[in-house]
Amino acid sequence: MSKPVEEIRIGVYVCHCGTNIAGMVDVKNVADFASRLPGVTVSREYKYMCSDPGQELIRQDIKEHRLNRIVVASCSPLLHEETFRAATAKGGLNPFFFHLVNIREHDSWVHENRQDATAKANALVHAAVERVRSHKALTKKQVPVNPAVLVVGGGIAGIHAALTLANAGKKVYLVEREPTIGGHMAKFDKTFPTLDCAACILTPKMSSVKSHKNITLWSYSEVSRIEGYVGNFEVTVRRQPRYVREDLCVGCMECIDACVFKEAKFPNEFDEGLGKRKPIYVPFPQATPKVAVIDPDRCLNVKTGKCKKSCVASCDRGAIDFTQKPEDRQIKVGAVVVATGFKAFDAKRSPQYGYGVYPNVYTSLEVERLVNASGPTSGEVVLRDGRHPKTVGIIHCVGSREEHTNRWCSRVCCMYSLKLAHLVKEHSGAEVFNFYIDMRTPGKSFEEFYQKLLKEGVHFVRGKVAEVNDWVLDPSEQGKLVIRVEDTLLGTVRRIPVDMVVLGVGLEPHADAQEVRRLFNISCGTEGFFLERHPKLAPVNTFTDGIFLAGCCQGPKDIPDTVAQAGAAAAEALALIDSGHVELEPNTAYIVEEECSGCKSCVPLCPYKAISYVEDKKKAVINEALCKGCGTCVGACPSSSIKQNLFEDEQVFSEIRGVLADV
Amino acid sequence: MAGAMLNLIMENQTSTNGTASGFEPRIVAFFCNWCTYTAADLAGVSRLKYAANVRVVRVMCSGRVDPQFILDAFAKGADGVLIGGCHPGDCHYIEGNYKLLRRVRLLHRMLRDMGIEDDRFRLEWISAAEGEKVKTVINDMVEKVRKLGPLQLPQRFRDGDKELEGEQLKAEAAHV
Amino acid sequence: MSEKPKVGFYWCASCGGCEESVVDLAEGILDVVKAVDIVFWPVAMDFKRKDVEAMPDGAILATLLNGAVRSGEQEEMVRLLRRKSKLLIAYGSCAHTGGIPGLANQFSREEILKFVYQESPSTANEKNTRPQTRFAEEGRETHLPELHQVVRSLDQVVEVDYYLPGCPPTPNLLKNALGVLLSGKLPPKGAVLAPETALCNECPRKDSKPQDVAFKEFKRPHLARIETDKCILAQGFMCMGPATRAGCGAQCVQGNMPCTGCFGATSRVRDQGAKMLSSVCSNIDPKEEPEIDKVLEGIPDPVGTFYRYGLARSLLRRKVSTV
Repeated sequence: MSKPVEEIRIGVYVCHCGTNIAGMVDVKNVADFASRLPGVTVSREYKYMCSDPGQELIRQDIKEHRLNRIVVASCSPLLHEETFRAATAKGGLNPFFFHLVNIREHDSWVHENRQDATAKANALVHAAVERVRSHKALTKKQVPVNPAVLVVGGGIAGIHAALTLANAGKKVYLVEREPTIGGHMAKFDKTFPTLDCAACILTPKMSSVKSHKNITLWSYSEVSRIEGYVGNFEVTVRRQPRYVREDLCVGCMECIDACVFKEAKFPNEFDEGLGKRKPIYVPFPQATPKVAVIDPDRCLNVKTGKCKKSCVASCDRGAIDFTQKPEDRQIKVGAVVVATGFKAFDAKRSPQYGYGVYPNVYTSLEVERLVNASGPTSGEVVLRDGRHPKTVGIIHCVGSREEHTNRWCSRVCCMYSLKLAHLVKEHSGAEVFNFYIDMRTPGKSFEEFYQKLLKEGVHFVRGKVAEVNDWVLDPSEQGKLVIRVEDTLLGTVRRIPVDMVVLGVGLEPHADAQEVRRLFNISCGTEGFFLERHPKLAPVNTFTDGIFLAGCCQGPKDIPDTVAQAGAAAAEALALIDSGHVELEPNTAYIVEEECSGCKSCVPLCPYKAISYVEDKKKAVINEALCKGCGTCVGACPSSSIKQNLFEDEQVFSEIRGVLADV
Repeated sequence: MAGAMLNLIMENQTSTNGTASGFEPRIVAFFCNWCTYTAADLAGVSRLKYAANVRVVRVMCSGRVDPQFILDAFAKGADGVLIGGCHPGDCHYIEGNYKLLRRVRLLHRMLRDMGIEDDRFRLEWISAAEGEKVKTVINDMVEKVRKLGPLQLPQRFRDGDKELEGEQLKAEAAHV
Repeated sequence: MSEKPKVGFYWCASCGGCEESVVDLAEGILDVVKAVDIVFWPVAMDFKRKDVEAMPDGAILATLLNGAVRSGEQEEMVRLLRRKSKLLIAYGSCAHTGGIPGLANQFSREEILKFVYQESPSTANEKNTRPQTRFAEEGRETHLPELHQVVRSLDQVVEVDYYLPGCPPTPNLLKNALGVLLSGKLPPKGAVLAPETALCNECPRKDSKPQDVAFKEFKRPHLARIETDKCILAQGFMCMGPATRAGCGAQCVQGNMPCTGCFGATSRVRDQGAKMLSSVCSNIDPKEEPEIDKVLEGIPDPVGTFYRYGLARSLLRRKVSTV
């Protein structure tokens, strides 16, 4: 006996969203239009459907009018689908007997003609009314969550996120590409605006990471593969050989002294190339883990196999091991915090500033090392030619706010340029000029810091520097670098001779941000920074559930903001883990066994290997736990034997019918 | 001949519908949830303005777009069909967009053989950050389809069926 | 013996193969004749149209009608038989989905007439004579049926109760269908009297199909050798089996030829060609457009390939410029 056909009773709710929708769409017309569509029992318009009274309206109508389908025409499903599903459920209906129509982002906000916008809203509502008829009761699948977390990137963002999670008792894997954690912050001398020593505040956190019982730190390692889904990621981490065994090395540095290279002759990356290191080295004194590393591109033994390996002999613990190979580690985690940081703008891309041409043009990061007491000059501001600068020019916005390089403001350059002005003046007594377009000091105590520098006698020239060169037009310019700039406050073009130029380089996404993005299945904004799920309401989430963002990989920000965001990412990861399970959208595909012919066309289509061919039945079957709900196999099944919940053929066809019906 | 006459009538109808009297193309779009639908949301949040002719049907992945959907949209009266997916290599589901791309390559040829012009069917890769591209693609497509004039398959089917005796009888009955 | 249920057969735009298939029942036809009265079957028996017209409406239990509808005369007959029959059954691909004649929907009537009566290499027609619907000579007037603009499946002209697919339907299918009709246990109206799975389900080569098909080229049966023991589609020949309803016993494959899709799609599918296209294209190996296009060169005529029997009943029905 067939089931009695249920009478479809649809409630349609058109939201004004204040004037956001009602300002451009005639909501009353839409509600009237909907009320005349077959199956519609109730059709209303209301000021704010997402408000409590709006949701209550739905609940009451379900009871009073025995509604069994709900359509809300308001904003994007990415924003409020869950809200109204919940409201539908409160009324006693299965939440999936609901469909949301986007008449704000896709309609009222993007159109200028009220009649057209209203017609479009009617068409979209018509489609939803058609569609919702064939909706089915579904339940969200609950999947347990693995309580471990992977943090990718060991800068201050990754460190803070890892410690927060570890302190909450969660198992954390911290993976860092470089031989040591610390990131950019470890290179800084002081931090603005408080001028506290970066190392003093960072290194204790670094050693906490190393000693924390809940943190597994893998430096010199990269995530090479990630599979699975929210709550249940399977990750492969590739550990590069450092040719020094981490479990044996104590960081005594005897091997470094013993190296056949008597002199340190290779540029030290940590000192931005201003200092030198040997093929075997510890990046900096507080490096964490404090384990030597052998640079395979420099080490004679690795390169040629011909070396007397005095390092091996020098280590009484036998830590040096040239047989090491790249090693893959498999881990399972429930959440991932991506904190891969930024890359400083390559100043050579703005050739007008002469970086790489004139030795006395420096980047801001180089100067951070110069003014640092543990830097290559022990904090003394000495130029590459050995002179001490008497005048220094700091140029802001290099690789920021420019059409031909990067259009965005890097947010931190004004403040770090002010900080460097202060430090350079303090260390060298030089006269310092700052060249800025606008002075951006919006943070806590930032403006005060700027005022302090004004009082310290630092010169400020408002104008974009046109060029740095060494062409002498006046005897006073002999042996100097000349900064040509339009001083927009004086309304004149100036030539300012200086001994040293500091380029306030901006922040950029890493060169391999695209690969990283693909690896983690997240998106990038137009500028290449990773894209948050919502700029305001989900700033650390990504479009892939369970993957969170922290720090400058999401966009330029200073240390306090980075730490705050890292904490937020950690909190989101915690919230996910501590809920114990995740609810998965039930939009998975399934194969109707008696319909499937076993043609196997679908099997190779699934990138998640969710489809398998069952030999004894000679049919294909989908493993629901592995299916991510893309629907590709559904679109490709030649006999329409694969269906996708929430996106069944009939549902899409009825939507097509609806949008094309006359309005 | 009668066939030629009928073609002529059809052309006349097409031209009367398609002239300045205000032919507004109806375009059905299939946007993937993660890239193009989100980009269209971004266009909204950014208050970009574009033509109101496109009706978006959301799918999780462009790979879900069954060629039947495209043909059905045309058959139900769409003057154009637009598909928006993630850029190659960027698919949220790894490579659903490639599966779609392969279908689209042959569909274009097939539609051409069936007399449906290339400009009526378009595939665009639009990432979540490209709100601006949603606007330019939609405006451009609307203009191109406007130039082509109405496709109006349902109308053509109805007109074509007028040669059937039953349809003639019905029409006569209605007349009397 | 007039208590026996009455059955009729009729043909429209068809090749005659469907009629043959009825005869292919062989001795089985005797059982049919035992059970029913055949009251109309112009190919085999001398009944006239006026005999049918004389019957009361609904007098025939079932008419099995083959062929597509392409002319005014066919349309008249179809309407007449619809009236006289309780059940009208579209018999064979042409009545079911337009069949091979439906491929003519890629051309306008004018194009077809011009080619056939003027341009084809074998035509000698100096006066450019074309068929006329009316011809008068010596005071006598003759009428010829009007050729329709397009080819239609039976259900695009009148209501159809059941469908028997195939080019032609197999004797087994016909036997089963007659059994069902006579049993009085009628399936829901509109049903296709064949299985709801695709052909692969009953294909003898099913097991030989690998699970990781990735097409690097498509081959055509007249230009390459088909291995006799392997899945034909996996060899790169366009076998429509995955998108075609089962029920024929995979006869073509057993004859080492790919399925060309005559049974139409399963009833879940709205457009057989679109689904087959979707399935094979999704499994093409290359990712870049030029390489994809190169693979697709092996399908020079997608409409003819994917809609060999189903163009008239497909979503697009006909080439847009034709009407």
